[in-house]
Amino acid sequence: MSELLRESMLMELAGAAGVAGNEMDAVDAAAKYFKRYTDRVELDRFGNLIAYKRGESAGSAKRISLALAAHIDEIGAMVTRIEDGGFLRFTNIGGIDPRTLLGQPVLVHGRDRLQGVIGALPPHLLTERARQKELTLDKLYIDVGLSEAQAQEQVRVGDFISLDQPPLLLEGGKYLTGKAMDNRAGVAALILGAVELASMRHEADIYFVATLQEEVGLRGAVTAAYGLVPDLAVAVDVTHGEAPGLSGPEVFELGGGTVIGLGPNFHPVLDTRLRELAAEYRVPYQIEPIPGSSRTDAWAIQVSRQGIPVALLSVPLRYMHSVVELLNLDDLTSTGRLLGLFARGLDSPFVEGLACY
Amino acid sequence: MEDLIKKLTEAYGPSGEESAVGALIEEQVKGSADRVFTDDLGSLFALREGPAPMLMIAAHMDEIGVIVTHVDENGFMRLAPVGGVAPHLLIGQRLRFKDGTTGTVYHEKIKELKELDWPKLYLDCGAADAAAAEKQAGIGALACLDQPFRSLGGRYLAKAMDDRIGCAVLVEALRRLPRELPQAVCFVFSVQEEVGLRGATTAAYRLKPDYGLAVDVTGVGDTPKAPLMAVSLGKGPTVKVKDSSVISHPVVRRLMIETAAANAIPYQLEVLERGGTDAGAIHVTREGVPAGALSIPCRYIHTPSEIVDASDVRHAVTLLEKLCLMPWPAPEQKNL
Amino acid sequence: MLLEKLANLRGVSGDEGCVRRAIKELLQDSPVTIKTDSIGNLFVRKEGSRQGCRLMLAAHMDEVGLMVTAVEKSGHLKFNPVGGIDSRILVAKRVRIGAQGIPGVIGAKAIHLQKPGERNKPYEVEDMYIDIGVKKKEEAEKLAKVGDYVSFDSTCSKIGDGYWRGKAFDDRAGCAVLLELLLDPQLDGFDAVFTVQEEIGSRGALTAAYTLRPERALVIEGTAAADTPGTDREASSTTLGAGPALSVMDRSIIVDRTMLQELINAAQSAAIPFQFRRFTGGATDAGAVALTGEGVKAAVVSVPCRYIHSPHSVLKESDLQSTAALVKAWLMRSEK
Repeated sequence: MSELLRESMLMELAGAAGVAGNEMDAVDAAAKYFKRYTDRVELDRFGNLIAYKRGESAGSAKRISLALAAHIDEIGAMVTRIEDGGFLRFTNIGGIDPRTLLGQPVLVHGRDRLQGVIGALPPHLLTERARQKELTLDKLYIDVGLSEAQAQEQVRVGDFISLDQPPLLLEGGKYLTGKAMDNRAGVAALILGAVELASMRHEADIYFVATLQEEVGLRGAVTAAYGLVPDLAVAVDVTHGEAPGLSGPEVFELGGGTVIGLGPNFHPVLDTRLRELAAEYRVPYQIEPIPGSSRTDAWAIQVSRQGIPVALLSVPLRYMHSVVELLNLDDLTSTGRLLGLFARGLDSPFVEGLACY
Repeated sequence: MEDLIKKLTEAYGPSGEESAVGALIEEQVKGSADRVFTDDLGSLFALREGPAPMLMIAAHMDEIGVIVTHVDENGFMRLAPVGGVAPHLLIGQRLRFKDGTTGTVYHEKIKELKELDWPKLYLDCGAADAAAAEKQAGIGALACLDQPFRSLGGRYLAKAMDDRIGCAVLVEALRRLPRELPQAVCFVFSVQEEVGLRGATTAAYRLKPDYGLAVDVTGVGDTPKAPLMAVSLGKGPTVKVKDSSVISHPVVRRLMIETAAANAIPYQLEVLERGGTDAGAIHVTREGVPAGALSIPCRYIHTPSEIVDASDVRHAVTLLEKLCLMPWPAPEQKNL
Repeated sequence: MLLEKLANLRGVSGDEGCVRRAIKELLQDSPVTIKTDSIGNLFVRKEGSRQGCRLMLAAHMDEVGLMVTAVEKSGHLKFNPVGGIDSRILVAKRVRIGAQGIPGVIGAKAIHLQKPGERNKPYEVEDMYIDIGVKKKEEAEKLAKVGDYVSFDSTCSKIGDGYWRGKAFDDRAGCAVLLELLLDPQLDGFDAVFTVQEEIGSRGALTAAYTLRPERALVIEGTAAADTPGTDREASSTTLGAGPALSVMDRSIIVDRTMLQELINAAQSAAIPFQFRRFTGGATDAGAVALTGEGVKAAVVSVPCRYIHSPHSVLKESDLQSTAALVKAWLMRSEK
């Protein structure tokens, strides 16, 4: 896939709305790409997108299956009340930092899509004391420019609210910023993996899974893993990127390559294989030690049914869970490339060995 | 129905000890269900046979309570919470054990109310020493609040409205159903919801339903300086959109709204910011089960005095009945 | 002494290989079938004539520990805890790092160099590092790398009058009991599972229970005892020397009442001392097992251990023996 296509694909994915519980726009955007590179695209009962690409198993060998999973939902909000004057109160869906919300444009997914803004009092009207106060969600409201009667007509309690920030390519063409890079970056990496595999022979049947409702508790991954029962899986998500004032083991270099997770959440043999492949094919990579839960789909997948060996690749990202999430496109490429290499190399003896200690 | 609500709310049934509530419900439903059975955790199933798809409709039998963790030489019992119980609500309250033993809760000497935490509380059942107390209730014994049901003229006051009111709605709706239904419906009276939706987890796994619907209580925003919430007592049962455990499936939500509208049943839309319900467990069972919830607005949830509105309860029964009578679509799996 | 051998092995959650190998070896001459699964659980099936329901006995192999998260320019290693560790216990301890077991010490700024304000603050993980006695990052990286598991370095020894001191009694004590039962020629007809990753959320127990689908499960644990100065009896949870502790409830489970009664009956009829765990916090594999599939009746029996999740816990040998005796008595009685 050309660099231009890579950018436009991620821009399309990240531009689509897909708050947890209401991911259809984003799913449609992703389906368009998966259809080009896989045999069949469908939605399971939960609504997870599953793109299937059949492997070419050698002769009588037992079929093996690999799931590559990235969550497609994003954080957002939901209307809880329509106030006097037509202002909307809301609650968060997923982990939102209320301090990043003042003055942000939003889309309210009511009867129609309404553009609105999260209101902020001008500094003139604020006392010093008020400015020092903690900002909590119940102090915030959305202004959609409608009277109360009009708002009652257009909006209902329970309508989804997405942050409205189209992606932007920064000067130099390597860095992309926008909302929902967590985890459209992961979905884009899955598509890049599918592109790699389109021209490769591979033994394993491959399921590309765009999971729903990760931000509210890995829910889509729980049901998708149960339904697919893959022999093994790789989850793709984002992790924290290096920035001024942030350094140390929890943050990773943007442009430094895909990040391989290490720790009890991941099967040690898969981690080793990923690192060996990356070294052999010169795919830049970094290592993230995770001593407990990875808080990604991998955590749910690992203990599905009788247990599914799982690994995690992450794309480093700055300003996570804000509308200015920022990443380096080369890290997508290395993630997609490593996914392709990993999937291509799988055979049944390798898979059978994963349960032998 | 008032009599049923009185019986159910006054029954003893903290999480883990729901059998008395189960027995009461079994008595009420056995004539109306094709099959009644229980599972290993204690959930009660009342099945109405029918063609596919299958609806699982769940209300939980358990209520919040306490468990005895220690008995001292003077007969005082120490307690730990079972479910979300605020310790200050128990001061001076009466608690009741399975065998009817009753006692009251007080606290060690404290300077300020904020010091009040579980280690400071004890239960006095009138025993003079450890041996007498252990005869009444040893370590591991579970107690619930002891409060009578009261009708307030159009509104009901009781302990354990959460979720005996849901149980009552299920029982009443089940009894009203005609012989033939367009689909199978299993009414599940689940256990251990208050400690983590546990009964619904195993029940949904066993049933493999095509749709799930929880019937539970929800908070309100219509009391003085209440948290912002667009739900009031007396304006109808709610169609849940979201809580901490579930985002209702759009198909379930739509069917509930359409059914309410078609039958002129008042309803409210509910976004509950904190709290969960059995739908949370059901919807992530196996490959996933489209699920939602019907809630009865309730004031002062998890206190000894929970209040619901009689008309909300009546409308909830009608809505549930109509939902069972309406043919549900085959669950979808879409090709794109 | 099985406990001594097992407790000396290094097996932080996710890195249980040494323990798994040792248990396999100890069982190599026994009439059992052994297999593993992808997360690393060790399943041991002891065929036999025992009648009755399918039983799963479980103890977890893993212990809390640390993981190397960064190698500093100076050659020091930064780390994060694996499982629940009170960071105050970490300073000035010896540890072993990685597959090779490289020795190191956990250091922090010496008290002389701390400002008056710092001295009375507990050490946080961020303030500490592991020193392996090298000068540079390059040297350190030859010995240890990011992602290496780190365990406490302490040797199990007998102390005082019938007590043992060592690390990882939670849950090598349970593993020792389970092994003893497996090696007992009088007992057969059950599945034993040595699970992994209990300390980070009963991960192994989830997949093990799904695989075995037992009807009943008994989890053998090492549980906290605080029968020590400054703790009121009601807050002590368990007491050393008073026999195995039966759980009535913890954060993950309300113990099945019929199983609890069976255990009590077994103890009483065999004149085995026992106590109740006087605490409802903490979680065990039993919670994960109980909610598997359609639900599993489950209970927990524990060896009381002081100072668990530290480099040196203390238990009483007689408790270990009576725990094994209780489980054996229960197994023999359940054979009907």
